[in-house]
Amino acid sequence: MADIDIAQEIPIAAQRPPAASSGIIGWLKANLFNSVFNTILTILAAYFLAVTVPPLIRWAFIDAVWSAPNGQACRGAGACWAFIGEKLRFILFGRFPYAEQWRPLLVVMIIIGLILASCDRRLWGKRLMLLWPTGVVLVGILMWGGVFGLTYVDTELWSGLPLTLILAVIGMVFAFPLAILLALGRRSRLPAVRVVSVAYIELVRGVPLITVLFMASVMLPLFLPSGFTIDKLLRAQVAFILFAAAYLAEVIRGGLQSIPKGQIEAADALGLGYWRRIRLIVLPQALAMVIPPLVNNFIGAFKNTSLVLIIGLFDLLNTANTALTDSNWQGFATETYVFIAAIYFCFCFFMSRYSQMLEREFNRGHRR
Amino acid sequence: MPADAMIAMHQVHKWYGDFHVLTDINLEVKKGEKVVVCGPSGSGKSTMIRCINRLEEHQQGRIIVAGIELTSDLKNIEAIRREVGMVFQQFNLFPHLTVLDNLTLAPIWVRKLPKKEAEETAHYYLERVRIPEQADKYPGQLSGGQQQRVAIARSLCMKPEIMLFDEPTSALDPEMIKEVLDVMVELAQEGMTMVCVTHEMGFARTVADTMVFMDRGEIVERGPPKEFFADPKSERTRVFLSQILAH
Repeated sequence: MADIDIAQEIPIAAQRPPAASSGIIGWLKANLFNSVFNTILTILAAYFLAVTVPPLIRWAFIDAVWSAPNGQACRGAGACWAFIGEKLRFILFGRFPYAEQWRPLLVVMIIIGLILASCDRRLWGKRLMLLWPTGVVLVGILMWGGVFGLTYVDTELWSGLPLTLILAVIGMVFAFPLAILLALGRRSRLPAVRVVSVAYIELVRGVPLITVLFMASVMLPLFLPSGFTIDKLLRAQVAFILFAAAYLAEVIRGGLQSIPKGQIEAADALGLGYWRRIRLIVLPQALAMVIPPLVNNFIGAFKNTSLVLIIGLFDLLNTANTALTDSNWQGFATETYVFIAAIYFCFCFFMSRYSQMLEREFNRGHRR
Repeated sequence: MPADAMIAMHQVHKWYGDFHVLTDINLEVKKGEKVVVCGPSGSGKSTMIRCINRLEEHQQGRIIVAGIELTSDLKNIEAIRREVGMVFQQFNLFPHLTVLDNLTLAPIWVRKLPKKEAEETAHYYLERVRIPEQADKYPGQLSGGQQQRVAIARSLCMKPEIMLFDEPTSALDPEMIKEVLDVMVELAQEGMTMVCVTHEMGFARTVADTMVFMDRGEIVERGPPKEFFADPKSERTRVFLSQILAH
């Protein structure tokens, strides 16, 4: 039976599908004009694009000024990218000593390198465990200096992209494990652990990040003995970690809850014990399940770093704002914010794409 | 308690809230003995065998397994779990790990075996349960019967003294029940100490040394299978057997 050639049994010549259901016209019919309502939407959308896109392209590229000696010469119909060129180093590295700005540049490259390395699943495990501390130490040495003939740079002067990346990346690296502990704590059988975790999560989640930052920068010093200060950047960093951890914890808890009880019983029956069970059985499945909300949180947290400008830290957004105050170059806010937005977008888009790839990879094999 | 008892349960009681799930359970399982536990659903048979490796906690009485007393001491619990393998109704394989990793996980992390040795053991038992070719697949890619055989192999890789089976064929399609029972019969013939909760009476007749009938949280009747099936003493046993053997 299996050997019968179907083409012999039913001698029908291969037919092309009807023109309307395939090809460009078929696609258009199926996706854009398949109902009156959708047809109206399509026409409206096309009109909207026709009105907005060409002027935008004209502004950003055709009429744009790419180089100019000062703001006056740059004024025209289009964007003044010359301003970005002029201020690029200030926007990216801010108040870091000009001659030493190769150091933050290197820091940015190291951090991006670490992130890219972490994306490679073949490196997961011991190698990353070594890579990260090494990278963080290197970043510290390059930013602070004071050793190996590098001049000392106070954290007051750290600014721009490296500051944003340090806040975000170091923040996530510490917030993530803390969040796992909080999530586990909230589901713990020990009442004390559970109460502390719940109280922490609810308290921090109930407060806006700005308030946490204010408390860290303004109120905390009031409680400390006089003469004893904690670095402002460190305070902001800690506040940021504590804040992000509370949100991540709830996401991770969602994943923990979705693990069937049988998985835990099987792990127990094999004698794995609590921590091995968590590490080998529960977390790998729970985290894989919550990748989308997890990345959502990472993206949110990354953008939240821009709030540190409130307490006077010069992150990427704040250096851009400062660059706008140059009296020789007045009125190029749009260009600046477009540029900053593009930088943020690159990082966030990368995270989003990478998470989609991870999801696909984790789903492969697990299900039929 | 006799010295050769692998499992000794002595006056064990357990409650869920006010509900008395286990009432005065006394059970002894000798080395190499096969005990088949049957009874209507809700009779406490699963709860009883889950007490043996502390997946459920008993509240009164004593349980001694492989010479170790079950107390709230985590050391004892883990020591007992190393010696007691368990096969579940729902297989409970780890879906994020390949079959091979499912089998080597506990030997590597609990028994501290070198990876290579653990893999050799794993391949040996996969051969034994007749699915050597599935080592690199994920559990989700296997049929129910195959998954349950992997689950049996996973337990055996820990080289346990005792195997517990909690309705191992109840979640399987009919045509897959035999392949799992065959593996269990083989295991029984090799002298493994086994406690099985099952409704497969054919299997019980073949391998059981002792039949145990439970109802409403207590052991109603026990005895060698011949007498148990031919001449049950309790009315409740008789009714139960007539119900499941009727067709």
